[in-house]
Amino acid sequence: MTVDTDVVRTDPDQPPVALRQRAPLTTAARITYLLIALLGAVGWTMIAIVRGEHINAVWFVFAAVCTYVIAFRFYARLIQYKVVRPRDERATPAETYANGKDFDSTDRRVLFGHHFAAIAGAGPLVGPVLAAQMGYLPGTMWIIVGVVFAGGVQDYLVLWLSTRRKGRSLGQMARDELGVVGGVAALVGVFVIMIILIAVLALVVVNALADSPWGVFSLLMTVPIALFMGVYLRYLRPGRVSEVSLIGVSLLLLAIVAGGWVAETEWGQSWFSLSKVTLGWALIIYGFAASVLPVWLLLAPRDYLSTFMKVGTIALLAVGILIAQPVVQMPAVTSFAIDGNGPAFAGTLFPFLFITIACGALSGFHALICSGTTPKMIEKESQMRMIGYGGMLTESFVAIMALVTAVILDQHLYFALNAPLGLTGGTPGSAAAYVNGLGLPGADVNASFFSQAASDVGEQSIISRTGGAPTLAFGMSQVLSDVVGGVGLKAFWYHFAIMFEALFILTTVDAGTRVARFMLSDSIGNLPGARKFRDPSWRIGAWTCSLLVVLAWGAILLMGVTDPLGGINTLFPLFGIANQLLAAIALTVVFTVMIKNRMYRWAWIPGVPLVWDLTVTLTASQEKIFSSVPAIGYFAQHNAFVGARAAGKQTFGTASSPQAIDAVIRNTFIQGTLSIVFASLVIVVVLAAAVVCVRSVRAGGLPTTEEPDQPSHVFAPSSFLTTAAEKEILAEWGAAGRVPEHSGHGSAAS
Amino acid sequence: MTASRGGTTASVAGLLRVTRSAVRGVRWWVASVMGDNAYARYVEHLARRHPGAPVPTEGEYWRVRYAAADAEPAARCC
Repeated sequence: MTVDTDVVRTDPDQPPVALRQRAPLTTAARITYLLIALLGAVGWTMIAIVRGEHINAVWFVFAAVCTYVIAFRFYARLIQYKVVRPRDERATPAETYANGKDFDSTDRRVLFGHHFAAIAGAGPLVGPVLAAQMGYLPGTMWIIVGVVFAGGVQDYLVLWLSTRRKGRSLGQMARDELGVVGGVAALVGVFVIMIILIAVLALVVVNALADSPWGVFSLLMTVPIALFMGVYLRYLRPGRVSEVSLIGVSLLLLAIVAGGWVAETEWGQSWFSLSKVTLGWALIIYGFAASVLPVWLLLAPRDYLSTFMKVGTIALLAVGILIAQPVVQMPAVTSFAIDGNGPAFAGTLFPFLFITIACGALSGFHALICSGTTPKMIEKESQMRMIGYGGMLTESFVAIMALVTAVILDQHLYFALNAPLGLTGGTPGSAAAYVNGLGLPGADVNASFFSQAASDVGEQSIISRTGGAPTLAFGMSQVLSDVVGGVGLKAFWYHFAIMFEALFILTTVDAGTRVARFMLSDSIGNLPGARKFRDPSWRIGAWTCSLLVVLAWGAILLMGVTDPLGGINTLFPLFGIANQLLAAIALTVVFTVMIKNRMYRWAWIPGVPLVWDLTVTLTASQEKIFSSVPAIGYFAQHNAFVGARAAGKQTFGTASSPQAIDAVIRNTFIQGTLSIVFASLVIVVVLAAAVVCVRSVRAGGLPTTEEPDQPSHVFAPSSFLTTAAEKEILAEWGAAGRVPEHSGHGSAAS
Repeated sequence: MTASRGGTTASVAGLLRVTRSAVRGVRWWVASVMGDNAYARYVEHLARRHPGAPVPTEGEYWRVRYAAADAEPAARCC
């Protein structure tokens, strides 16, 4: 063993704190990786080349998981050796600044759970479902290839930068490394992008719950459940988090079942059938209240529920797909991918597929988690690969499963669910006529097909339930009822899935509002005479900023809710563009630091995804701003409706009244303006970075803000499994009576 | 004959041991991710880094922790 590895000590009287493993792969390991690669290749062949009539969804799981394993072992390791070059003898911020609170060394497997719960939300569940309108193949390829070369790289490298910088946030690092202009543009960019993300996620909830007494009742019940949990933890049994979460989840399941009973009654239907506008306002009021309530009362308990449900449901779905082995209904590539006239969102495959699927392939928002929260908890630099890259691979897997649940649905059903009201007409009859006219393979459907599908899941209607969540819930109910409960439990599983997504989104809305408020009050506090805003305990300031933030996303939400063009189909591209522009900012910061460090040879590792991402997002922005096709270009649409109003028309396109025409004119103007703002901010950041890079190359490198080394005095393994050599060192620490700090793994299976 | 029966018993015992340690591992993981051990770890942190410092009760510890989360919120992704 000692032949293959070097141990590193920072103190001659202490056991080693780091291990340099140079062991080449053993023959057994080589054969294993070869078999995994072969299985992955078979999976890819089945879905991409054979494309038989009846593709088993299990091939998607094989293709994805095998690719992840190979990428993690080989590509992520290349990044580790050539870019990150972790030094475990160097103390991480968690060790140096340990305060038992935010700086808190956390076991790598536990931190992986925290990190995954923080990065994965509704995003990877929604984007792939919408993108399924282009067929199963483009989405699958982008999710898997994207995560390997873009998403995983971004998360890993941002985590690297932040861990070497005391856990500083992306905004701070942008200011430090790119200068004031780039830094301010990045900060403003992060803020406006956050607002649009919250608004679009809230819109997904509204669309899923409108006119659904069952869904509304169950989701409403999560509020008293969370309050109860909060009070329980504060006054009855502090610290018993798993216990109260189990109670909470049981109550949640009861609330879902009870929702079915309530929806059957007349009072239930009249109380809980809410229109989209009512729901929109309810979410706005809720968002404000939730973000000013103390964390312990609502946010923390709901976060516990969502973590529990997240891990549990994803595992359930994966097992469900493996057992039920559903057959894919969607073709590999649909005509919408080429013609760009899809009903869920407009535009051709390039660039619009790549912005519709952001989370799961490349999600800029992760850069906010990978800087700030996670780096303050990591024990060893070498663990960044499993946390950063590994965490993102797991989110990608969630996205693949979301895609699978969408593509196994009957295509008529899929398009009836995802086409906006203006196209389907909203009734089973008109929807049947619409989908039959799409020229989909398979026999035509009639009105009763849709009424039956709706009553199977306990809904009044499933026509134009856009936003992705209902489609995912429908697919999940199909898979899970196949495994447990049959048709009788379909309605339960449907509402289980809706609840699960709505729960994530509420947590994101609440937490996002708080973070945005914090950024806002910090920025206002920098203005002369407004210093007081920086004091988080000043209630009036906190409330004012919360209100401003909620009004900002609330206005966009209401705009989407009342949009005569459909809402999701016009706003989701903005969401995707915003998220990926944030990724562009993150990758730009990483790239610039590498140039400053003169790591020219390997700068392509963040450089390639950066160039790709900029090409995609700026092309998409350019099309959304300048395209002359009204369905794609916001201003083209705007001008078409302005023309209609000038011509004195009472109805135009899907707008059925003069007010609706005015609404479209207003909405498209705002959306177009937002597109311009996002793209401009990113261009400013990139130009600022380019200036820094050129200066650095001329000067032969520039200093960065990396913190100086501090010797580490702990040891911890690097990856998911503990190797034999690592076990030996752990045993040495144990024998010396110096169990590494926070090892706590005593009871763990190792 | 006896040898093979002994082998079976041993492998059953081995299987049981593996299962038990796996269950223990999962329970430890869930409890750690959710935060059940957070207080115990904080007490341990105090003992190690600040011996002699007053140790808060579990209720006090969580109050401070939630107050900190109120003052500086952490993002949740989409």
